[in-house]
Amino acid sequence: MEKNEIVRLVKERSGTDARKCMKCGKCSGRCPAYHDMDIKPHQFVSYIEKGEIDKLMQSKSLYTCLSCFACVERCPRGVAPANVIEAVRQEVIRQQGGNKIMAETVPSMIDETIPQQLLVSMFRKLNK
Amino acid sequence: MKFSYYPGCTLKTKAKELDLYGRKSLEKLGVDFEEVKEWQCCGAVYPVSRDEVATKLSAVRTLASAKQENAKLLTLCSACHHVLKRVNDDMKNDDNIRLKANNYLGLDEPYQGETEVVHYLELLRDYVGFDKIKEAVVNPLKGQKIAAYYGCLLLRPSETLKFDNPENPSIIEEFIKAIGATPVKYPFSNECCGAYVSATNKEIAVKKSTKVTDSAVANGAEKIVTACPLCMYNLTENGNKKVPVYYFTELLAEALGVKE
Amino acid sequence: MQKIGVFVCWCGSNIAATVDVKKVAEVLKAEPGVVISENYQYMCSENGQALIRNAIKEHGLTGVVVCSCSPRMHEATFRKTCESAGLNPYMVEIANIREQCSWIHKDIEEATEKAIILGRSAIAKLKLNAPLTSGESAVVKRALVIGGGIAGIQSALDIAEAGFEVDIVEQSPTIGGNMAKLDKTFPTLDCAACILTPKMVDCAQNEKIDIMTFSEIESVKGFVGNFKVQIRRKARFVDEKKCTGCGECMQKCPSKKGLNDFNMGLNTRPAIYIPFAQAIPNVAIIDPEQCLKIKNGKCGLCAMKCNVNAIDYTQKDEIIEREYGAIVVATGYKPISLENFNEYGYSSYKDVVTSLELERLMNAAGPSDGHLVRPSDHKEPKVITFIQCVGSRDTSGCGKPYCSKICCMYTAKHAMLIREKYPDTEVHVFYIDVRTPGKNYDEFFRRAVEQYGVDYIKGMVGKVYEENGKLMVQGSDLINNEQVVIPSDLVVLAAAIEPNPSVRNIATMVTASIDTNNFLTEAHAKLRPVESPTAGIFLSGVCQGPKDIPETVSQASACAAKVIGLLAKDKLKCNACVSHSDEMLCTGCSVCANVCPYGAITYVDKEFRLGGGKTEVRRVATVNDAVCQGCGACTVACPSGAMDLKGFSNKQIMAEVDAICKR
Repeated sequence: MEKNEIVRLVKERSGTDARKCMKCGKCSGRCPAYHDMDIKPHQFVSYIEKGEIDKLMQSKSLYTCLSCFACVERCPRGVAPANVIEAVRQEVIRQQGGNKIMAETVPSMIDETIPQQLLVSMFRKLNK
Repeated sequence: MKFSYYPGCTLKTKAKELDLYGRKSLEKLGVDFEEVKEWQCCGAVYPVSRDEVATKLSAVRTLASAKQENAKLLTLCSACHHVLKRVNDDMKNDDNIRLKANNYLGLDEPYQGETEVVHYLELLRDYVGFDKIKEAVVNPLKGQKIAAYYGCLLLRPSETLKFDNPENPSIIEEFIKAIGATPVKYPFSNECCGAYVSATNKEIAVKKSTKVTDSAVANGAEKIVTACPLCMYNLTENGNKKVPVYYFTELLAEALGVKE
Repeated sequence: MQKIGVFVCWCGSNIAATVDVKKVAEVLKAEPGVVISENYQYMCSENGQALIRNAIKEHGLTGVVVCSCSPRMHEATFRKTCESAGLNPYMVEIANIREQCSWIHKDIEEATEKAIILGRSAIAKLKLNAPLTSGESAVVKRALVIGGGIAGIQSALDIAEAGFEVDIVEQSPTIGGNMAKLDKTFPTLDCAACILTPKMVDCAQNEKIDIMTFSEIESVKGFVGNFKVQIRRKARFVDEKKCTGCGECMQKCPSKKGLNDFNMGLNTRPAIYIPFAQAIPNVAIIDPEQCLKIKNGKCGLCAMKCNVNAIDYTQKDEIIEREYGAIVVATGYKPISLENFNEYGYSSYKDVVTSLELERLMNAAGPSDGHLVRPSDHKEPKVITFIQCVGSRDTSGCGKPYCSKICCMYTAKHAMLIREKYPDTEVHVFYIDVRTPGKNYDEFFRRAVEQYGVDYIKGMVGKVYEENGKLMVQGSDLINNEQVVIPSDLVVLAAAIEPNPSVRNIATMVTASIDTNNFLTEAHAKLRPVESPTAGIFLSGVCQGPKDIPETVSQASACAAKVIGLLAKDKLKCNACVSHSDEMLCTGCSVCANVCPYGAITYVDKEFRLGGGKTEVRRVATVNDAVCQGCGACTVACPSGAMDLKGFSNKQIMAEVDAICKR
């Protein structure tokens, strides 16, 4: 797929308008996973608007974002940085060989305490 | 008023007794409820991408089934609640998702978000009333200092969930008071525990959960109470291990005298 | 036979670039009744107007259609032009081919066709026009100023200075408004009280000014030059004429736990109180919710102590009625409620304060006598963090979409004053943008950074929480691409400002329009900024839009100039386009009188001949031409079609519509 088309799709799937961002950085000021991210929430919004999808698709933040929606909750402009991160992650995972976890590895993770909820959500987030 | 009860996968299997405590408490409080027939997993995470429809279908089936029973959908787990409420919102407000989901499911009557999704805690606050619970309590947890832990999924995004004030929630504190204990205020009750990332990156979960549990302990908490099995797991396994974490139904059952 | 002249304006390229003006003139020339059709570059220019005047004389025109900009812009101009050439001004029709045509279309062919249709429609209406003359009404030479903050004070002083009487109606117990609460003012750092209180005293001493505090507008009737206003003088339980402001009663009052509004609730006051030392009027007031005597009949100490017998526990609200020629709305602002911003901890932590609360904490007359201490433990804060744009520029629904305009400057002021007075205090400011347009404003802000070493951090705060007795301010530092946490002793929130909530009610009473943010709308954003679209209503200060003190004072004086211009006239020309009732159709049902916002319609019993020598007496509506503003509400409401508006009759409107639909 052509790069611009990926950018368009990611924007569409995110359902958020990056142009509304006023670059205040509140999302990144609130983010609990900030220190585990190479590209920060506000940068996801900025880069997607600039069309720099390659950078985003290689970011480790895709797997450290906790999906806690704090950035979405607090944005003064109604932008949803977490939705952009999610849409980029979806794009990565949907590509051929993009699965980050295989069904076969799940059984080995099961122990006495781990709740199904954790396994299902992990699998849903990392496998298409 | 009738409630279709949706226990969710974790509470139905791994944490059976928490579901049981929930049911017994409902019976004690005189709530008319029945488990959703042939319920399916909600999907565990809300599919954020606007083009994801198939992953929302199981939630829609549950919602439609509650509609058929002419009942409100009562959820016990925060994640189930989050997914069901948000998918319901999509079915109400997103023409594209509503159309496609209905095309897939081919229900007798298209589902358009008619069902009201109610969390167990909302039921306690809005339908039973904390005053009533206070009256029904036989073993007040007197003198216990308990910290409420909300996490993320109950509160955010508040625009859709409309559960409580997203930055200064109070429903679990009210619950703690109703069962006779003393709520402990600390600043991280709505901060993430590490969520599903703990499966692949334990280090992050340890950081997040430790921050929460440390703060709760520093503010004098002897127990933490939560409404999400995943939060409970993370805070217990990845937290500072200095404070026990309980599911709210257990404390409720104990106070109501229905815990075996 | 009518002789109509059509004049098509290019408006430079504004119209001519999108509309083929020559073609429009040509096509309209062929319309029946049109004897001359011209086009010209600027019809409103002296030459353009001469063109119209000459044509009227040369061709003996009976009516004129000008195809140009909106009638709001130049209808008055062209009416005057025609009048000077001997034509009745109401025989002029404007076809708006700029705002409603050239500006909104791109395709020349389409726009030209539409311009022709609009021209035809105007011609069709003109054919049914009749010459109208307007009556006159007297002007009441007294102005009402609603709101006694700096805006209202300045407007009132200027109007009084010109020799006209003016009443200030203020809802709180003293004039002075928000400015009276401020410590110092930017950009010169003079003390607010030092520059405001002399003006307050001037108001009190000026014979032309009548101050009514603790009073509210109850109703407004009438129209420009002739407003009738009812004012509710709320019971203050103290006789204003007798009280000397000695303050003895305050000392003796045993009920001392009321929150001191003037100090933003940071300390308490007795049930009987004078809001602050320089209050005008310097008269006590009793809070009935708190007064033991009023609440349960036990006490009465203040009455016993009062040497002049000013206390009256039985005082009741009183409603007075006055007449005014002009009304100035100067209702001001308040900071927004911060209930939607719990991430900053305002409701959880005592040491998170708003900027207006900080003003009181720094003010020598404030709760800590000007010694800056934190509210929780009265200790001096060593690290202070400011957060800007709290609720401003917020389109999420939690705050206000606009920039509150004053916060960047007052935050710089606070930061600077603190560093000046307490040099060992660390000051941080989180900002999104620093906006300092204004004379000496950016220089002022830079001084805070360069001379006083205030730490400005570009980024917003995500969360404020308490840890080990410190307020931890967690936010973005976008320049360094870091998430920072600043342990602070005091956090100051620059809360957005919003119009005082009373303005909604007042806007309804004076029929002034209001925007989605509750700011009053001006008649023209650039050219008529201090007038409301409703004649005789003027706007002063923040009720029209966020502004600082220098701007407010400028606008207040501009507003006064407009009021003086109005009050200087002895007579006002009334609107000629008034409504009238066809007595043969009128059934006297009262619907029109009920919808009339100006009270212009009354009923009379009239005798009508039925034929055969018989008569009957019927109740019919009559319109007071001097009061009717031509809004047309009655014509729409009238069930029998008896009400019609001169200059905009039903027939004329239908003729316009027909001309548009006819191809």
